[in-house]
Amino acid sequence: MTDTSTTVRADRGLTLKQIDIRLKGEPVIALDAHVAPGEVLTVMGPSGSGKSTLLNLIAGFLPDAFEASGQILLDGQDITHLPPERRRLGLLFQDALLFPHLSVESNLLYALPPGGSRRARCDKVRAFLDEMGMAELGARDPATLSGGQKARVALLRVLLAEPHALLLDEPFSRLDAERRAAVRAFVFDCARKRDLPVLLVTHDRDDAEAAGGAITLAG
Amino acid sequence: MLRLAPPLTLTLLIGPVLAGLIGVLALAFGYFPALGGTALSLDAFAEAMAAPGFARSAWLGYWVGLAATAIGLLVLALFLAGWWGTRPFAPIAALASPLMAVPHAATAFGLAFLIVPSGWLMRLISPWATGLDRPPDWLIVNDPAGWALLAGLVIKEMPYLLLMALAAIPQTAPAARLNAARAMGYGRVWGFLTAVFPGVYAQIRLPVYAVIAFSTSVVDMALILGPGTPPTLAVQILRWHNDPDLDMRFVAAAAAVCQLGVTAAALLTWWLGEKAVAWLGRKAITMGRRYRRDSVFRVLGFSGFAVIALTVLLGLIALFVWSVAGFWRFPDALPDRFDLMRWVERAPLFAEPVFNASLIGLAAAGGAMVLVLASLENGHRRGLTASTRALTLLYLPLIVPQIAFVFGLLILALWLGFAGQFWAVALAHLVFVTPYVYLSLADPYEALDRRYFAVARSLGKSPARVFFTIRLPLMLRPVLTAFAIGFAISIAQYLPTQLIGAGRWPTVTTEAVALAAGNDRRVIGSLALIQSLLPAIALGLAALVPALLFRHRRGMQH
Repeated sequence: MTDTSTTVRADRGLTLKQIDIRLKGEPVIALDAHVAPGEVLTVMGPSGSGKSTLLNLIAGFLPDAFEASGQILLDGQDITHLPPERRRLGLLFQDALLFPHLSVESNLLYALPPGGSRRARCDKVRAFLDEMGMAELGARDPATLSGGQKARVALLRVLLAEPHALLLDEPFSRLDAERRAAVRAFVFDCARKRDLPVLLVTHDRDDAEAAGGAITLAG
Repeated sequence: MLRLAPPLTLTLLIGPVLAGLIGVLALAFGYFPALGGTALSLDAFAEAMAAPGFARSAWLGYWVGLAATAIGLLVLALFLAGWWGTRPFAPIAALASPLMAVPHAATAFGLAFLIVPSGWLMRLISPWATGLDRPPDWLIVNDPAGWALLAGLVIKEMPYLLLMALAAIPQTAPAARLNAARAMGYGRVWGFLTAVFPGVYAQIRLPVYAVIAFSTSVVDMALILGPGTPPTLAVQILRWHNDPDLDMRFVAAAAAVCQLGVTAAALLTWWLGEKAVAWLGRKAITMGRRYRRDSVFRVLGFSGFAVIALTVLLGLIALFVWSVAGFWRFPDALPDRFDLMRWVERAPLFAEPVFNASLIGLAAAGGAMVLVLASLENGHRRGLTASTRALTLLYLPLIVPQIAFVFGLLILALWLGFAGQFWAVALAHLVFVTPYVYLSLADPYEALDRRYFAVARSLGKSPARVFFTIRLPLMLRPVLTAFAIGFAISIAQYLPTQLIGAGRWPTVTTEAVALAAGNDRRVIGSLALIQSLLPAIALGLAALVPALLFRHRRGMQH
């Protein structure tokens, strides 16, 4: 899985060292991999193959019932035992999970790291929406967005939090075929432009191929 | 027939509230021919407001009610934000249901037994820490500012709010939203408060309003813990009502209208507070601060709930210890001997109140159960679910201050001659029992897989037969639990029993509250303990019976 051409900056990116997750002693999923900045690693497998459990471990949400060994490094920093809020990972799920009590703009402001005046922050979010061609969505109630719009806003929210890596958990599976390709291209494009390492878990071969990176099978 | 169930239920809920309010308004404005009032006037209001301490009485209910709700909600929010989803959360939160089932009067007496100058807490720290060998002469309970009442309301209402919140949380995708917030770098507490709690609060808003209405106008707890002179407005209304001079009923009615105003003012204040908090919250969210160092708030939330739960439990133990206490000198932590014979001696005294309370409770809970099941089954057959408006109507008896409309209802009952009748008392209880029975049954009713009934119908069974042979057995546990909750609500009722019963149906609750002014802790301890035992027995049976009946059915064990 390791891309030898990036050994110069080997400590950048997301490194999973001999990850092994077990439930009551039974192996759930095991992985040893490095995802370099701008690269995508796809973990493909049917539901129940433990791929979401893997993401939970990396993000810091593994339920107590599981035992895990191995080490997770992000840009050289060991994040294995950090609380989720200190890991600097961006998570995208199949549901957009936009907070329903906030407007689209407030959802984005929520993600923007603290600092700057209220006005500067609002300007920044609006400029970002504008840059992404979604300026008119800012004032909207998230519940009124289409599935594709929700998925895009969810990505913007993740990106605004300035993550150092993206974890994608079947983020396209709720979209219809037509929107799917467009949203998918949008997500991978954004990640590549920002030089983010991406870990995608999916059961869908199209998604895996569109990601364009290495594919490893789970389950 | 079934089609009539929902309107009948709503009529039985709303009718008494409206009739009571009309009665109180008529009396307050001086028009009540049966009592000699034939012309509209504002004299009764003038007299009520001129009474010494009137403004202070009104203020007491207002501030104590608002403060109790605010503190309860704050503890709830911090406890959920700091601990929801962690390993210790579920077993601790499971305490909410038994804590809520402890009746108001028992909770209040338990608290009083702990904190009075000669109470357990003072005994535990005396004389070694305080140097006292006689109880100090402090007014801790019945203090003029209402702090003891405030404390009692908080420990009574916070578990109720927790129970409501626990039911609401699963519908807000809590884990996913909290994880999303934390992945963006938010601390657990602030992440929960900003990403999950707004959705929870939106669903428990009506219960919160019910807590405000209850706390601003409570009578039984105020008689036990509240200030004496002047008392809270609700207690003052009761005093005027009990005045031998029948003309004082007009004054009491005018004060009851003022109580409506006090509660409405408290609700309005709260509503403005909601707006302010939402505005501040949105402002804070705009700035994006992460507040990752939140261990202080987690500790606060945990200890807040722990103190509340421990106080109620220790209070119950204090009730028990007093009920069996022999001679108990002041600084001693325990009585010199325990005397179970005291229970045996007093047993004949308790027989009637226990019998009355159980009979009224069974009638009210049974009646409510029939109404609610019929309404739900009607909705099920016609594919209807209760609208938000219908749910709001359901909360009406809980949001209109009890003292105001029960008092008006009594006036009507006296006039029409049914005060003191058993069915009138049971019907008055039904008004307060039905909402809770409905709220605890509605979700399980919807949750059951509809295909069971489709299968049964296609086997040629009539809808009624399907209801009795499939629906009820499958729902035995929630039905019995709802019945037990209704029974518990009925047992705890003081005002409807005392007023509509015209004193002819003494229950454990009315007898215990009547003793509040006296000082016989041994009898109070026994009565308050029995008052808590009755709902506990009901809830215990509701858990035990289905477990026994279905012990050979693995699919029925949850």
